[in-house]
Formats: sequence, C-alpha cells, structure tokens
Amino acid sequence: MPRPAAPIRSHPGRRALLCASVALGLLGSGPLLAADPIKIGLVTALSGQSALAGESISRGAQLAIDEINAKGGLLGGRQLELVRRDDESNPAKGVIAARELIFKEKVAAIIGGLDTPVAMAIVPIVNAEKVPFMDPWAAGTAITKNGASPNYVFRVSAVDESVDIGMLSYAQKTFKTAKPGLILVNNPWGESNEKGLKDALAAKGMSAVGIEKFEGNDLDMVPQLTRLKAAGADTLFLVGNVGPSAQVVKSLDRMGWKVPVVSHWGPAGGRFTELAGPNGKDVHFVQTYSFYGKQSPVGEKVIKAMMAKYPNVKGVGDLTPAVGIANAYDAMHLTAMAISAAGSTDGEAIRQGYYKIARHDGLIKVYNKPFAEGKHDALSPDDYVWAQFIDNRIVPVGVTN
Amino acid sequence: MLLISALVSGIGLGSMYGLIALGFYLTYAVSGTVNFAQGSSMMLGAVLTFAFARTLGWPYPLAVALALLLCALYGLLVEFVAVRPFVRRGSDAWLMATVALGIVLDNVVLFTYGKEPRALPSPLAQTPIELGGVGLGVYPLQVLIPVIGLLLAAALHALSRRTRWGTGMLAVVQNRVAARLMGIPIRRVVAVAYALSTLLAGIAGVLIAPLFNVNADMGTLFGLKAFAVAILGGITSAWGVMAAGLLFGIAEALITTTLGSSYTQILSFGLVIVALALRPSGLFGRAEAKKV
Repeated sequence: MPRPAAPIRSHPGRRALLCASVALGLLGSGPLLAADPIKIGLVTALSGQSALAGESISRGAQLAIDEINAKGGLLGGRQLELVRRDDESNPAKGVIAARELIFKEKVAAIIGGLDTPVAMAIVPIVNAEKVPFMDPWAAGTAITKNGASPNYVFRVSAVDESVDIGMLSYAQKTFKTAKPGLILVNNPWGESNEKGLKDALAAKGMSAVGIEKFEGNDLDMVPQLTRLKAAGADTLFLVGNVGPSAQVVKSLDRMGWKVPVVSHWGPAGGRFTELAGPNGKDVHFVQTYSFYGKQSPVGEKVIKAMMAKYPNVKGVGDLTPAVGIANAYDAMHLTAMAISAAGSTDGEAIRQGYYKIARHDGLIKVYNKPFAEGKHDALSPDDYVWAQFIDNRIVPVGVTN
Repeated sequence: MLLISALVSGIGLGSMYGLIALGFYLTYAVSGTVNFAQGSSMMLGAVLTFAFARTLGWPYPLAVALALLLCALYGLLVEFVAVRPFVRRGSDAWLMATVALGIVLDNVVLFTYGKEPRALPSPLAQTPIELGGVGLGVYPLQVLIPVIGLLLAAALHALSRRTRWGTGMLAVVQNRVAARLMGIPIRRVVAVAYALSTLLAGIAGVLIAPLFNVNADMGTLFGLKAFAVAILGGITSAWGVMAAGLLFGIAEALITTTLGSSYTQILSFGLVIVALALRPSGLFGRAEAKKV
C-alpha cells in the first residue's frame, strides 16, 4: 500500500517557540569549563533492519573513547562523550539528528552514516555548519567526493568505486573472470556501483555482458538471472542488502546455475546463510576487517576489551558485523588525534587536524598520513579482505591483489 | 526454455497476488469497503507461522492453524476498529483507517519480532523442479501456490452459491435494505467477510514465507501489487481477480525476461493503466448499475 505521509502537526504557538529558543540559547551559552566533556555525535541506525550494524559502530566508537578517556582524555584532561542518535535508516531522521547534535548538543564532530542515502543527506549540513563528519560505514563514492570546498567529510570504510575495482581484480584473480554480469539493487547504492563497475571494466578494456536490477523486496530473480545466463556471464557481480542478496542466491539455486558470485558487503549485514540456504557460503564478498585469523596486537587488545565490556560477546563470532566495529574504532581514534592536533574543538581546526595525522597504529592497518586535502578516504582497495560465510562465520579467504 | 521458465515463475508470483487480491474482492463485494493494508495481513500470517514454528518450536500444522486463526481474528478487529465506525457515519475515512491500522501492525511486529529478516525453510522449497536435467527455476511450492489459489477461488465461488451464508452474502451485495428486511444479519456477514479476507492473506503469507525473507515490511509491495490486480480483475469477480493476478505475474516475468528488469515496473503498471482505460470496470468486471 502507498503510505500517505504523516499528518502535519499543528504549529506550536509563536510565543511557545520564542520561549523555547530563548531557553535553548541560555542552556547553550554557559561558560566552558576545562572539565567540560568534548561531545562526539553519533548518527546511525539503532533500530530497524540495520540495528545490529548500527550497534557495532556504536560499540567500536565507544571502545575507542573508553581507551582515550582512560589515558586522561584530550585537550588537557577533557573527557570524550558519545551522544547517540537513531536515524532509523531514514535520511529525514538523519538530518534532524545531525541538526540537533550540531545546534543543541554542540558536538565537536559527528561520526555516522550507515546507509548511503542518510549520509548523503547529512553531508550538506556538516559542510555548511563546518562540523567534521566521519563516516565509518556508508560506501557511496559521492559522500567524501561531494564537491564542497572546504570539505568536512572523512571516511574510514570501503568506497564503492574502490570496491568495484577490487571486485573485478579479485574475480579475475580467483575465477579468471572474462564476461561478468551485473545484478544490482535498484536504488542509489546500486547506481553508484553500476557506474563504478562500468568504469572499472572499461579501465581494463572489458564490459559487462548484461546489467540487471532488482527491487529491495523482490523474491524471484530468476527472470533477471536467466537473461544474464543467456548472455553468457561467467561471473556475477552482486550489489544489494542481505535480504535480496539471499534471494539472488536462492534463484540461482532454483535455476541450477553454478556461477561464481562476487559481492559487495551486503551479505555481511544479517543472517545470510539462513536466508540464502546452503549455497550462501559460495558467495565471496568484501570486508574491511575480520576478527578471525591471526590478529595484530591491536586486534588482540580490541577482542579482549570487547569481551570484558559486553557480556553478550563470548568470542570473536559475536564481534559482528566486524566492519562496523573496526571502522568505527579506527575512525574514532583518528578523530581524537585530529582534535588533539587542532588543539581545540573548532570545526575548521579539526578538519586541518585530520591532515596533520602522521602515523597511527590502528586496528585495520598502520595508517601513514591517512588524510590529505583531496584525499578524505583512509582505506584503499589493498586494505580490503574478501570473505565467505563458513559455518555461519564470516571468514577471510583472500585479498584483492 | 527462457520463456517456459519465465511462465512458470510468473504463474507462481501471479497466484500469490491473486490470493491476496481475493481478500479485496470478498469485502468489497459485501460492504463496498476493503482493508487497504492486506499486505500487512499477509505479513502477519508469515510472521506468526515463523514465531510458532521456529521460535517456539511447535509442530508445523499446529503453527499454521493457529497463525491462520489469529489472522482471521485480526480481520474481525480491522472491521470493528477501522471500518465499522466510519461506515456507520457514512464516512470514507475507513480508507485511511485501514492503512493506519496496517502501519500500526507493521510497527508492532517490528517491535516484537524485530526487523532482521529471517528464513522459514520448507521441504517444498529446497530442491528445484527439473525438466530433462535443467532447473526450471521453481520450487514445488511455487507450483502448489497457483493450485491452492484456484482451489480457493473455486471454494469461494461455491460458498457464495451453495451455502446459506453465501446466498446471504449475495443478498447483501444485491440489496442491503431488502436483505436486512429478510432478517439477514448484515453486520455479521460483513464481519465474516473481513475475517475470511485476512484469512486468505494469511494463507498467502504462510505459502510465501518459505520462498521469501520473513520480516515486517515483506507485505508492502505485495499489498500494492495485489490491489492493482484486484482493480485490474474488476474487483467484483473471484475468478476475474485470480485470473488478473496470474496475468500480472506472467506479464512481469515475461517483461523482465525479454526486455530486462529496468522495464518491469514501468511496463507492468503501464499495462494496468492501459487495461483500465480500455475497460474501466476491470478485465472481468461488470459495470455497476446505479439504481435510483
């Protein structure tokens, strides 16, 4: 059913508004004490289909903050405080949350952006208000390459255009892919990757044998896949959230078509093997980090700290989705370093502070000069790992090159 | 081969639309009103079955039976809360009220069941049907659904012609005042029609669940397409609605297979508009004669 918009609420009286704004103004203009905490805003989905992913971002950022506070905080002993807001994966709610964090909470920086459309909606606000925005998840290329100058948006996560280059390299290396078919979700995320994949293919003098779309709620992709099969696809590049990605795998199963599937990270967002059935394990998808396998000292430390802090984390299997925890953990530490380098909570100074970071021994990698003017993405295709679901766990199986 | 596979998967999808659309037909026939949130009723059937069979681990037949019973009760609630109070006052606000109740239901499910999509496996949806060693692209369940859909349409047809309740319903359709004078309990007939209508949606939900991801918004797109199908079939004929469902499903699958998925939504809904422009009362409906 088409959902009509919610009825417009009657306007509160002008006097009430005036009173409220005066009251807010008074609250916001108190003198800053040295012990005042530095507020860091967090905008992500904390309810709804992506709640688990949002919680992982929240935990990753909180763990980094705990570590920084335990070492005495920043800017001469000020503690960091995470102020969380739920965007319900809804761009409008994300905008409201970002505004509230900027104007009412007066946060020094915002961490957030799980869904690309939500992050894209927040970008113009932070650039206008000069508040640094650190994206630990949403992969849309245009989030950091937003054309604004100065640009206040930074990211520690995968980037669509890099993922697309990585998908092709990995598929060529692993499956000798020559004639890929694209099967993409019909939304801005799918579009962003359609462009990225076309560019990646063109750069190697290749092209897709077919490009098919599906809706987020489709349940039968057999017709689309039948076209790709008829066109002679030898590998499928899949971009979609966990639900429809599972339906793609089930449709392949029904057709009896055994074809390698290389995917963006949609399958990592939920119970993929339950939804997709036994063939779900054959899908190779991109990750920025895995807690399985040999860990760096930072990895060991994070696993131990997570198990101590959260009773429901019994082992690395519960550190999921790993990308949310890892990206947000590194993103928060880098943001703290930027604030330190800035010497204040001024937005422009923090933005310059990001550029001054020389080296950071992070969870995902050792960052060497991660940010520069025109380079706001800290991760590159070489930092990605490729994974499969094995026994319901996301296990790394390869690297991009 | 391409076309056979498209045809089979189209019939499977189409009969699901038809099943939900039958619910629109039922209530519209006796009361001139519909539950616009039939998609949510379908979702309720699937979610309850999942909750009973998987979460609580009850035997499947018991889980399905109880889920369907609760769906029927939910239909009574829809009629009592969102339709009757408005119809009594001659208002068309039931349009909005049924949509609102559907949104409430979606969110209650979100709150209790969670929004993470889950799977409800069924032995009928594990091994695809093969023809000469080639996968046809369908599970046995997808072939079973049209059979059940047609059987239900036939049963509805028989119910309305052969039973006292059915003839009572028909009487209400033809002339409310005369029916009331003849002692037919109109209110109860309408309430039963609503219970049956959500029951049908619930059956669709139970059947679709193993093929799909069970979650709170699984019914939204289905509800929308089912309504298009009900209007296309001419909402006043059970067979017409079912046939329109099959036509819509087949059209979708054929368009995707031949032209590509970019055109599916544009062309399938475009065809609905063209069909309705040519036959305003639907493919199989009769123009309503307004008696003064």
